[in-house]
Amino acid sequence: MLLNLSEEQEFFRETTDRFLTEQVPPDVLRQLRHDPAGFDPAYWRRGAELGWTSLLVSEERGGGTISDSGLADASLVAYEFGRHAAPGPLAVVNVVAATLGELNAAPDVLAGLLSGESIATWCAPPFGSTRWEPTVDVRRDGADLVLNGEARIVESAGQAEHLLVTCNDEAGVTQVLVPATAPGVTTTQMETVDLTRRFGIVTFGDVRVPAAAAVGPAGDARAQVHRQFELLIVLLNAESVGAMQAAFDMTVEWAFDRYSFGRPLASYQALKHRFADMYMWLQSSNATSDASCAAVAASDPGAAELVSAAKAYIGQYGAELVQDCTQMHGGIGVTFEHDLHLFLRRVTVNRALAGTPADHCQRIAAFVDAREGAAA
Amino acid sequence: MSALRVETTEEMESLEDFRQRARSFIRANLRQVSPDELRWERNGNDDEAELATVTRDREIQRMLFDADLAGICFPRAYGGQGLTYEHQKVLNEEFAGYEYPLRVQIPTLSPCAAVILEFGTEEQKLRHLPAILKGEELWMQFLSEPSGGSDVAGALTTAVRDGEQWILNGSKVWTSGAWWSDWGLCLARTNWDQPKHRGLTVFMLPIHQPNVEVHRIEMNNGSREFCQEFMTDVIVPDADRVGAVDEGWTVGTRWMFHERMLYNSSYVTEPVGLAHGSQDTKIVYDIARAHGLLDDATARANIGEARMLELVVNQLGERVGEGIRTGRMSDQAAGTVRLFKGTSVSRIVTLAFDTAGPSGAAWTEDDIASTSAIGFLMRQAGSIGGGTTEMARNVISERVLGMPRERRLDKDVPFREVPRSRPTSA
Repeated sequence: MLLNLSEEQEFFRETTDRFLTEQVPPDVLRQLRHDPAGFDPAYWRRGAELGWTSLLVSEERGGGTISDSGLADASLVAYEFGRHAAPGPLAVVNVVAATLGELNAAPDVLAGLLSGESIATWCAPPFGSTRWEPTVDVRRDGADLVLNGEARIVESAGQAEHLLVTCNDEAGVTQVLVPATAPGVTTTQMETVDLTRRFGIVTFGDVRVPAAAAVGPAGDARAQVHRQFELLIVLLNAESVGAMQAAFDMTVEWAFDRYSFGRPLASYQALKHRFADMYMWLQSSNATSDASCAAVAASDPGAAELVSAAKAYIGQYGAELVQDCTQMHGGIGVTFEHDLHLFLRRVTVNRALAGTPADHCQRIAAFVDAREGAAA
Repeated sequence: MSALRVETTEEMESLEDFRQRARSFIRANLRQVSPDELRWERNGNDDEAELATVTRDREIQRMLFDADLAGICFPRAYGGQGLTYEHQKVLNEEFAGYEYPLRVQIPTLSPCAAVILEFGTEEQKLRHLPAILKGEELWMQFLSEPSGGSDVAGALTTAVRDGEQWILNGSKVWTSGAWWSDWGLCLARTNWDQPKHRGLTVFMLPIHQPNVEVHRIEMNNGSREFCQEFMTDVIVPDADRVGAVDEGWTVGTRWMFHERMLYNSSYVTEPVGLAHGSQDTKIVYDIARAHGLLDDATARANIGEARMLELVVNQLGERVGEGIRTGRMSDQAAGTVRLFKGTSVSRIVTLAFDTAGPSGAAWTEDDIASTSAIGFLMRQAGSIGGGTTEMARNVISERVLGMPRERRLDKDVPFREVPRSRPTSA
């Protein structure tokens, strides 16, 4: 999380923190385990009223920011989501809202996302370390667009009213906004380890929408999709850092309270040194998360590489940190009764989403190669 | 009639004006160089080349001084610019890709000059700080001793008072480049009847004098940069004492802090984009290229991981530096950066070595892989020098997280009664 927040940002962060503390304490999260949606629509609407879905959308389009960087503001919400292992499709809704706002598309759909009345999700191509290809095809048929194919690991697929679908067409990559109720759209729920997040497979069988459903210029959406991935990863990273923080704080407290052989765990040098490593991973994850967020917000030319470095680092050491917290807790750490696993679940899923550490290291190598190859 | 004196508060130079001024000076006066030319080890064991580099660094420092670009965060009264860390960061950006006085930075400007600025008398500051900023004085830390590295407060070098002067005896070690440096900042024991931390005093002394013998130490990689000094009845005037008698650890604590800040210190210039340590991503990349492995997935994984670590170490340094400057983090959090630098350099060195494959075992002279095997022999140096990573872990857990301190046998007993290492033959 940012080290120095403005007063407004701090107030904003605190408001979300307080709201999540009241609304989704660990017992509520456990109850939501078997809930098909994983969250209560009223909870989501109230969160939207706090600004959760407005930060990446300009004022003209109905959004608004707290500071001069809406992405930094959104990363504060994501961080608090991580700290509370909070329910709700925060990252994907924000990515879709940002895209609709930037391309001035579907203002009515965007208004629903901003108010929290509706949910949208992104049927993204599978993330590839050096390239990605959509798994849904679109073709023009008279005044219509016709979609065929299958998108997997779509967050809140069963809850979303609107699907932003990244498609292949003859000219290149096109994005289409499809109502989830359109004939030919079928959704199958997938399994996951997170208690409140839901993922699904969305199948498109001759799904017909008017040509106006295209978001942005047809055949030319590759750069926009890159940007969507960057926004998504920035938010996932901030969320993982929040989850790391919660797990770490809980474990430090445990180390002071838990006695073995007449001494607190915190007095053993073997364990103290592991806590020092964890603290280093936590601070480094904060640092790289914020640096990449700032670079994306500023459209810095090096942003893509920083995003990959942050995703690789946090994917690797976020999971490592929470696993180490589990080890410090001993047996209780691997029980459902304890809260620690709420955060382990979050960093586990985030590590695998939008590119593993290995994928992102391959991607970084491509950036190094391009730079050094050009210099040689 | 009394002259009417108007006290004006001079306005601070804006960052943009400063950038323009720094840029035109650097572009007009300094050479563009590759990062390889700025490696600390660039001269190998060629002493003549090393001395030429030192001379050039002093020259550049003098040019900077004359152009009002030396000592950005040092007060103007001592030859500095009285500007802010933000200005220093601008300077670091403007130096990117140009030669800069590497050998004046650490340990001369920080921690040595930083300690003098904080604890020196007015006279000491006027005597040494302008000279340092002009490149006339290069300083060394006379801190570690052969009897023990991490336990710096356990210094055995002894200073005995003799009227208005002190007589020093003992040995200091791990001074990198003492053979071409001018002054030493020396931690010495002045009271053996007090507990460890309460019997220390800090002194300044010229290195090149008959009673200081400088030996050069050969390291695993063949380098002879590190030195050991033997002091025999070295006379130091009381005027060259820094801080109060027996209160050297008050100085020492801040000294250690400045040391841990390394390149994130506001007193130190580090061109942006320059990776420190003996190895960096580029070596991993160059080995992969030289061996035709740029399309090999394992080699690319190694390059990617090295680059990731290199980026994150800088981001962490920025964050902790900002945290300490804004009071959001304790000074002790600098240990985090030290720990990361040590562990990440070890990892990157290993990545380079593994990328070289069998050429890490035996190579021909023209093979760049040679650097990886030699680097691997020195891998742990990055986790030892400047305070071990184990000490950093103690500092983080105890001073940042507030965990119980390790049990010590040197507390509340006169230092002369504290058990000590058996003398080694070295």
